Amino acid sequence: MLAYVLKRLGLGILVMLAVSTIVFTLTNVAADPARTIAGEGATAADVEAARIAYGFDRPIPVRYAEWLANVAQGDLGTSYRQRRPVADVVAERLPVTLALGLAAFALALALSLPLGLLAGLRENTWVDRLALVFALVGQAMPTFWFALLGMVIFVVKLGWLPASGSDTWRHFVLPSVVLAYYATPTLMRLTRAGVIEVMKSDYIRTARAKGLRPGKVVLKHAMRNAILPLVSVAAVQLGFMLGGSIVVETIFAMRGLGYLAWESITFSDLPVIQAVVLLIAGIYVLLTLGADILNAWLDPRLRMG
Amino acid sequence: MTRPIEKVLEVRDLQVKLSTSTGPLHAVRGISFDVAMGETVCIVGESGCGKSITALSVMGLLPKKAEVQAEALRFDSQDLLKLNERQLSNLRGDKLAMIFQEPMTALNPVYTIGDQLTEPLLRHRRISKREAYSLAERILEKVGISGAARRMQQFPHQLSGGLRQRIVIAMALICEPKLVIADEPTTALDVTIQAQILHLMKDLQREFGMGMLFITHDLGLVSRIADRVLVMYAGQIVESGSVAEIFDRPSHPYTKGLMQCLPSGVRAQPGARLGSIPGIVPNLVGGIKGCGFAGRCPAVREACRSAEIALRAVAGTQASRCILPPEEVAKLWTEAVGLEIEQ
Repeated sequence: MLAYVLKRLGLGILVMLAVSTIVFTLTNVAADPARTIAGEGATAADVEAARIAYGFDRPIPVRYAEWLANVAQGDLGTSYRQRRPVADVVAERLPVTLALGLAAFALALALSLPLGLLAGLRENTWVDRLALVFALVGQAMPTFWFALLGMVIFVVKLGWLPASGSDTWRHFVLPSVVLAYYATPTLMRLTRAGVIEVMKSDYIRTARAKGLRPGKVVLKHAMRNAILPLVSVAAVQLGFMLGGSIVVETIFAMRGLGYLAWESITFSDLPVIQAVVLLIAGIYVLLTLGADILNAWLDPRLRMG
Repeated sequence: MTRPIEKVLEVRDLQVKLSTSTGPLHAVRGISFDVAMGETVCIVGESGCGKSITALSVMGLLPKKAEVQAEALRFDSQDLLKLNERQLSNLRGDKLAMIFQEPMTALNPVYTIGDQLTEPLLRHRRISKREAYSLAERILEKVGISGAARRMQQFPHQLSGGLRQRIVIAMALICEPKLVIADEPTTALDVTIQAQILHLMKDLQREFGMGMLFITHDLGLVSRIADRVLVMYAGQIVESGSVAEIFDRPSHPYTKGLMQCLPSGVRAQPGARLGSIPGIVPNLVGGIKGCGFAGRCPAVREACRSAEIALRAVAGTQASRCILPPEEVAKLWTEAVGLEIEQ
């Protein structure tokens, strides 16, 4: 088991290295940092001066090595726009996205697992059809439209929730619901398919032949097998949510990671963009590792690899 | 051998109808038999003859949509058809147990052997987990598994097919049932393991004194394990009797044909080829008229196709659903096999 985890961890570090190379190269090729720093209306001489002052005249591999060494020591550089450490800028935004992402993910699981289970157990009944319609609507409806719809109903008409910002828990309700509904259909359909498949299997018949109560047959013998395919997909969904949904955060003006990424791209704030991308990649790597460990815990057959 | 007296299972005129996408399927068409304590009754037949459906209807494990009717379906003098699901589940795994065909898939891959083996005990007996584990270890030793304590910690994928089938058997016997239904318990195993498992089941039956309903498509196994035989075809019993009676003098063309498919059945003729019954099992969707075997029978008569043939006594305890005299049945197939050799 330890060897399995170490192997996955090593792979994760390699992925992070690859991501750092790509993100550093791409951002430096796509935008000229000297021009951003010199500011609007700067002369060609000003830009050149900034280029030399910040060392942008050196080749990219040299600057990459320097940046990587700094990142490894926890120094993510200074934001061009805000003129303060990138770490501070990101740390300021992270809690909002974490709260939003975790709330949305918890809500998505709380909806999709019971609904998928029920739909799977009652295949082709009205319960199943209703759940499928619910999923279909979720899949078909664009996030921004659902967000605006929610705003019209709960903010404008009913006045129950605030429209924008991220100050109190009430600010998080609507964005969490919107983000959760986006993730629910996939998770629900996977759960449903898993339950249908597993309930047909021989070991379920064995469990029933032992006289086990239906609840135990489903929750102990079926559910654990049924959610196996769900784990890795759920990890990716959670990664997406923790990476900050640009659409949801922008619509609700929540000052989270997604919003920060959008701002930084608009201003070519390279150190921030690099840090955000690296952070999101790190989140994905950790979540994938977590999913692998969870899967191995759920399914002993995987513990061999 | 002591004569079995106490009936543990009594089946009278069992009818099972399933609904399929192509229409209603009359899978079991009025079968009757008993199983006594200490007795092994074998149901033999091809795939789709209704033998597994019969087993599952006794266990109450058929899908909810299946329609089960019977004049009597009594287990241990309780009417199974009158029990609700909860009462049935109280019997299942306790006094009424089942051994399944596929040892590879019959165990849940994500739980340890110990966990799955102790489940029936924890469900049906008021005992602690620790007591259940020690009882489980003892039953593992009984089914010939050494190092029981270590096996209990293992997962199904870490064990061979033969070991898994022993565990499935142990799981069925752990509450000391009065009746065990074994649905092709050795089909998925290779031949040497098959022999071991059969031997084990016979030994355990002697030790526990339970009744056993053994379902197989392999007539070769029957002679090694059964006391009585029911040959099923197209949802009906076409012949029944003791092992000796059936093997000495098969009195239904289908039984005779099955014998001809056995390597031992043609051993008498050197160079003879192994027989096979031409044709396929009739489609039971929508029902059939007359004898179900008429389409494949080499001696079919006009009367066979028009009306249902009743099960009639032949001799001793033997009964057959055929209008031909037993002497004529005895001559069947040998000629057919002979013909095949000439080609």
